[in-house]
Amino acid sequence: MLTDRGAALVLCAAALSSIAITVGIVAVLVIESSAFFGHVSVVTFLTDTVWTPLFADPRFGILPLVTGTLVTTLIALAVAMPIGTIVAIYLSEFAPHWLREVLKPVLELLSAVPTVVYGYFALLTVTPLLQAIIPELPTFNMLGAGIVMGIMIIPYVSSLSEDAMRAVPALLREGSYAMGGNKLLTALKVVYPAALSGIGSSYVLGISRAVGETMIVAIAAGMQPNLTWNPTEPAATITAFIVAVSQGDLPHGSIGYQSIFAAGLVLFVLTLAFNIAGYRLRKRFREVY
Amino acid sequence: MRTIQQTVALRLRQDKWFSAFGIACTSIGVITLCALLGNLVIDGIDRLEWGFIESYASRHAAKAGILAALVGSLLVMLVTAAVAVPLGIAAGVYLEEYAAKNRFTAIIEVNIANLAGVPSVIYGLMALGVFVYAFGFGHSILTAGLTLAALILPIVIVATREALRTIPRSIREASYALGATKWETVWHHLLPYSTGGIATGIIIGLSRAIGETAPLVTIGALAFIMFLPDPPLTGEFPFVSFDWLDSDFTVMPIQMFNWVSRPDPAFLANAAATGVVLIGITLSMNAVAIFVRYRMRRRFKW
Repeated sequence: MLTDRGAALVLCAAALSSIAITVGIVAVLVIESSAFFGHVSVVTFLTDTVWTPLFADPRFGILPLVTGTLVTTLIALAVAMPIGTIVAIYLSEFAPHWLREVLKPVLELLSAVPTVVYGYFALLTVTPLLQAIIPELPTFNMLGAGIVMGIMIIPYVSSLSEDAMRAVPALLREGSYAMGGNKLLTALKVVYPAALSGIGSSYVLGISRAVGETMIVAIAAGMQPNLTWNPTEPAATITAFIVAVSQGDLPHGSIGYQSIFAAGLVLFVLTLAFNIAGYRLRKRFREVY
Repeated sequence: MRTIQQTVALRLRQDKWFSAFGIACTSIGVITLCALLGNLVIDGIDRLEWGFIESYASRHAAKAGILAALVGSLLVMLVTAAVAVPLGIAAGVYLEEYAAKNRFTAIIEVNIANLAGVPSVIYGLMALGVFVYAFGFGHSILTAGLTLAALILPIVIVATREALRTIPRSIREASYALGATKWETVWHHLLPYSTGGIATGIIIGLSRAIGETAPLVTIGALAFIMFLPDPPLTGEFPFVSFDWLDSDFTVMPIQMFNWVSRPDPAFLANAAATGVVLIGITLSMNAVAIFVRYRMRRRFKW
C-alpha cells in the first residue's frame, strides 16, 4: 500500500504530465518553426500570396491557407450559429422535459461521428446535392465541406448555449411573464441577453473547432492552396496542408518538413486565441449569478 | 387597435410557431445523422461480409479488406488506454482532492482547459517532433498510442474531476473520522463511488481516439500494411511480448481516408464499408457511455 505522502507525489506528477504535453507542443512548434524562419523571412511568410513549399522553386506565403481556413470556418459558422442557437433556445425554454432528455444525447452523437466519415459524407453526398443546385460546382469545394463542418459543430454550440440559458434564474423569466411576455419574447428579450456571455463563449469555441478541423476539409475541399474568397472553388486550409504534406514521406529537417510546423504554429496561435477568449467569456457567465 | 384577446392569441400563436421551428432545426441534426448512416450502408453493403474483415489491403478493390486496420486500431487503443486511464485518473484525483488553491494549481487547470481545445492535428505535429524523432519511436504503434493518449487525457481528467465533485463532503469526513488517511479515503471510497462517471469519460475519450485520423497521418502511419504485428500474448514463457509496440501499423480511419482519396471509384465502396464498421464501433461505445451514465444516476443518491 502506498504511503500517504508517496501517493500525493505520484498524483502530482500525473497532473504535471498535462504541462509536459503543452511544453512538448510549444517546444516542437517553436524549434522547427524557427529553423523555418531561418530560411524564410516572416514578412514574406505573412504577405506572399503563393504557397508552394514542395516545388522546385518554392514560395512561402501563408495567405492562401489562411483564406481557405477563414472561408470554410465562416460557412461552418453560418450554419452552426443560427441553428445551434435556435436548438438551444428550443431545448432550454420550449421542449418538454422528456423530449430534452431524448434529444440531447442524440444531438451529442453528431459530435461522436469520426470526422473522416463526415469527409466522406461531404464529398459523396452533400457535394452532389449542391451540384444539383449549382451545376458548375467542382467535385472539391469549400462550400460542401463548410456546411458539413457546420452541422458537426451544432452540438458544441447548442449544448454550451443551453447550459448558459438554463443558468438564468427563473425569477427573470417570471418577471417577463408577469409583464405579459410570452415564451418567445421571454426567450429572446430576457433569457438570451442574460446568457449572452455564455452563448458567446459557445460561438467562440465553435470557431476554434472549425479552424482546427482537419479531415472534412482535407477530403472534401481539396488540398491545393488557392487564394480565393469564393466558396464554390477548391482550396486548402492550414490543417489540410499539414495532412497533405504528411502523407508523403518528407525527409526530416528539409524545408518542406519545417513548413508544416510553421503552418502548425499559425494554427496553434489562432486556436489558442479563440480558446482563451471562450474560456474568459465562460468564466464570466458563471460568476454573474 | 387590437383587443387584449387578439394580442394574447397572437402571442400564443408565436409560441407555437417557434416551437415547430425549434423542432425543425433540431431535426436537421437528426436527419443528417440518419442520412449519413443510410448513405454509408447503401454504398458499402456489397463489401460488408466476413471476407472484408479477414483480408489485408489490396490493389484490387474487390479483394481488399481491413484486417490490418482493425487489429491496428485495437492495439493502438490498448496503448492509449494503458497510458491515458491511469494518468488521467491520477491527475483528476490530484486536482480535485489534493491540490491547494494556489497559482500553481490554477496554471494546471487553465492548461488542461486549453489542451482540450488544441486541434488534433497539432498533437500529431508534437508527436512527430517528440515521439518519432526526439525519442526515436518511429512510425510505430507505441507512437500512435501515446499521441492519442495525450489527445484524450483532458477528457479523462475532466470526467474524473466531475465524478469526484458529486460525492458529498460528508463521505470524506466519515472516512477521516474512522482514522483513514487521505489516500485510503481516495482508494477505498472516492474512486469506487465515482467509477461510473470515470468509466463514462474513458469510453467517450476512447471512442474519440478510435475515430481520429489527422494526428496519425501526421506521424506517418501507412495505409498499405500486409501483415499483423507480433501477438501480445505468446505460447512460451513469459507469455507476454512487447514486440508489437514497435511495429508498423495502420488504423481504420486512415484506411478509409486512403480509399476515399483514390481516383478509382471501386475503392469508394471499401471506404463506405470501413465507415460502417468505424461508426458502428464509435456509436455503440457512446451508447454504452450513455447507459452507464444513466445507471449511475440511479445507483447513488446522496
